[in-house]
Amino acid sequence: MSLANVYSLYRTMEDENVILSFKGIVTAELLTSVLHIMETKMDSMQETPRIRKKVFNVLVECLQNLYHHVEESAEPTSKETLERKSALVLIVKEQDHFIVKTGNYIDVDKALELKDRLDMINSLDKDGLKEYYQKSLNNSMVSEKGTAGLGMIDIARKSGNKLGFEFLKITNDTSFFCLNVKID
Amino acid sequence: MEKLILEASAKTPEVVFDPTAGTLLLKGRSIPENSIEFYKPLNDWIDGYAANPGAQTVIEMKLEYFNTSSSKCILDLFKKLEKLNGTDVSVNWYFEEDDEDMEEAGEDYQAIIKLPFKMIEVEEI
Repeated sequence: MSLANVYSLYRTMEDENVILSFKGIVTAELLTSVLHIMETKMDSMQETPRIRKKVFNVLVECLQNLYHHVEESAEPTSKETLERKSALVLIVKEQDHFIVKTGNYIDVDKALELKDRLDMINSLDKDGLKEYYQKSLNNSMVSEKGTAGLGMIDIARKSGNKLGFEFLKITNDTSFFCLNVKID
Repeated sequence: MEKLILEASAKTPEVVFDPTAGTLLLKGRSIPENSIEFYKPLNDWIDGYAANPGAQTVIEMKLEYFNTSSSKCILDLFKKLEKLNGTDVSVNWYFEEDDEDMEEAGEDYQAIIKLPFKMIEVEEI
């Protein structure tokens, strides 16, 4: 990257009101640090407890999704597989709302499954989400990793907005999943 | 039977399970990446308590945040307590003013679990 590109990357983030960004592998330590930094930031921004809690909750679920997703994929053996484990996290602060954006690689078949799930979640209203969450909570099994498949429903409930998402085709068997969660 | 006491950490709540008083307290945040590990000793303790519970058992839920990984473990904990014999079991569910999400979380469990819930709004947990 040329030095001018460093500035253009900075400029983009500044113009997009990014207050925190991370690109790399989401580890348990990283997760703890990001949460801690965000809490301190929101304290100093004097956000209401309501919005603080919502942003924190959504961020926890998004980061833990990325963390478990990394654990799922194969051991890093090459530069390529290392990149496959990498993710992008951006936190944007607009005038009256926050946006949590994430990006990560995903297998094409898993992407199809996830897309169906997200479409389903977006088709539900507040009460529908509540009902779906309760049903899933009561019927779900916790996996070895401690995930219960409730993350996206919870994110949608806490956000109170439709989930924004896109799957970009990278290769025949890999997509890049972009998630956009608005919290107001 | 011994008390179960765990100090709070950045990702796990304070735990005080007192068999003599019949109170089970969870306080703070429960956001570990893998909650099964954390909740295992709590479940084991309840199995022990089930053999000789107090006349009354009150679960004091004073959670500020919990992740979806914990939500399932908390449900399993309630299900265990639902089955206790020879003791009146009830849940006090605390939530902070304006924290509609935590209030709704209490309602979620209330809809699934057949234990009496008391919803208690407080200024700060």
